[in-house]
Amino acid sequence: MLILSIASISFVLLLGIGLYWRAAPLFDNQSLWSLFSGSEWAPSKGKFGFYPFIMGTLWVTCIAIATALPLCLLTAIYLAEYAKSSVRKIILPLVNILAGIPPVIYGVWGIFFVVPIVRDYLAPGFTEHSSGYTVLAGGVVLAVMIFPILVSIVSEVLHTIPKELKDASLSLGATKWETIRKVVLKRALPGIFAATVLAVSRAFGETIAVLMVCGNVPVAPDSVFDGGYPLPALIANNFGEMMSIPLYDSALMFAALLLFVIILVFNWISRIILNRIERKYSS
Amino acid sequence: MSIKKRKTEELVFKILMVASCIVVSSSLFLIVGTIVVKGVPYLTWDMVTKVPQGGFYIGKEGGVLNAILGSLYLAGGATVLGLLISIPISIYLNIYLKHGSLLSRTAKLAYDVLFGIPSIVYGAFAFSIMIWLGVRASLLGGIIAVTLLIIPILVRTLDEVIGTVPRELKHAALSLGATRWEAAKVILKQIKPGIYTAILLAFGRGIGDVAAVLFTTGFSDNIPRYVDEPAATLPLAIFFQLSSPVPEVQGRAYASALILTIIILVIVVVSYFLSSKHTKHKI
Repeated sequence: MLILSIASISFVLLLGIGLYWRAAPLFDNQSLWSLFSGSEWAPSKGKFGFYPFIMGTLWVTCIAIATALPLCLLTAIYLAEYAKSSVRKIILPLVNILAGIPPVIYGVWGIFFVVPIVRDYLAPGFTEHSSGYTVLAGGVVLAVMIFPILVSIVSEVLHTIPKELKDASLSLGATKWETIRKVVLKRALPGIFAATVLAVSRAFGETIAVLMVCGNVPVAPDSVFDGGYPLPALIANNFGEMMSIPLYDSALMFAALLLFVIILVFNWISRIILNRIERKYSS
Repeated sequence: MSIKKRKTEELVFKILMVASCIVVSSSLFLIVGTIVVKGVPYLTWDMVTKVPQGGFYIGKEGGVLNAILGSLYLAGGATVLGLLISIPISIYLNIYLKHGSLLSRTAKLAYDVLFGIPSIVYGAFAFSIMIWLGVRASLLGGIIAVTLLIIPILVRTLDEVIGTVPRELKHAALSLGATRWEAAKVILKQIKPGIYTAILLAFGRGIGDVAAVLFTTGFSDNIPRYVDEPAATLPLAIFFQLSSPVPEVQGRAYASALILTIIILVIVVVSYFLSSKHTKHKI
């Protein structure tokens, strides 16, 4: 059992080393900087510029966070501070079910619900023509996917805030909302930050749902109504044909390595913060 | 600020909170609603009892039995394999090791981090191992990839469940002269409903995932008979058939989405009842 435990822990390292080893041939003739900044993606010519894909990922993630964070914060505050426990008992499980819905179902929903709305109602006001398969659609679908992480973690964090703090503020004449804004949120800030970082890393790695709705154009998007091509979608779409072109598989493994490293660091940071909150609360 | 202004501010935010609460909790119904509306017209008896006929992507006849069975084999196999690995690990971390020892803390952090790694990275990693070993895309490859994916889920859930068992139970067993292995058996008996919850969670994740099985499982119109044959899974069936130009094939995708959603919702409901039963078992 000791061996099994240690083996599974070192699996984190193994993943990183394995991906690096497969991606290494790419570094022989290109510097890391030119990989990040190059915008030309032509595998058959040996050109691998990741800039459009990194930008695609960033756009989609930012839209998702910008949509989900305010909604989820307000929801979590409402559930933790205002709502009756009966309301809380209905809504929290509903939100948690969202976490169990498979990505591909989100994708189907995105195609038949979000994409038409973007195409027919939102986009015509701003651009001349849009297929609806845009980074905005991808961002909205992702936002719904990260609802459960944000709502459940933030409301847990809000529950750890001592009642005495709130009572003190209320007894000094602050309204309930002022207490929340100035006392509760201030105290909960590290936890909210950690939850957001977790949600960002989830959004970074989400593959299929985003791939299905955001157009997959290998050009860095200029507005929310442009198509984008996030990194995970790049891996998923091209894995089949990668064996025929030299260095192609290394490039895709590099994309996987990039995702792995970013998400590893993000998760690490947020887990350390959350663990610290939990320990403070339980002691 | 006057008290009136302060009260208005509170009211405005309260309305915003209720509104976002409604948005967040209604998104589940929007998703399930879209899938039901799209899927119900195509959900026939043939759909669940026949394999696709006349060729994948263009054949109009038949159903998705191959994908249903493929998914069940895949998720079932991975869950069994995952349990065999993760139960010993969580017993070791919680019962054999001292509470709060360096190894158990490192392990918990490692599993938290692994839990956040996106499935596409697991898929890419498993795929390169398969190339290295010379295994072609098959049910076995998919089972391995999904097992890697669900081990962190199983370990984390089991860990939480074991955490709800009072430590005195372990101490009582040990003080009566039981070995730690016998104490572990006592605790395992105590957390039985929790283990079922973990199984369902892992199964649900395994059955819904696309990115990990995309390169490792392949796709086939036939029901797999051996583990070295490629197999279809429901999420992949949705993903591939959705892009078909033939309406009947697209219909199969909608029906598959509905079937997958029903499976997930059943899993959620069952595990909800199990977990409420689990909390009744307090000593």
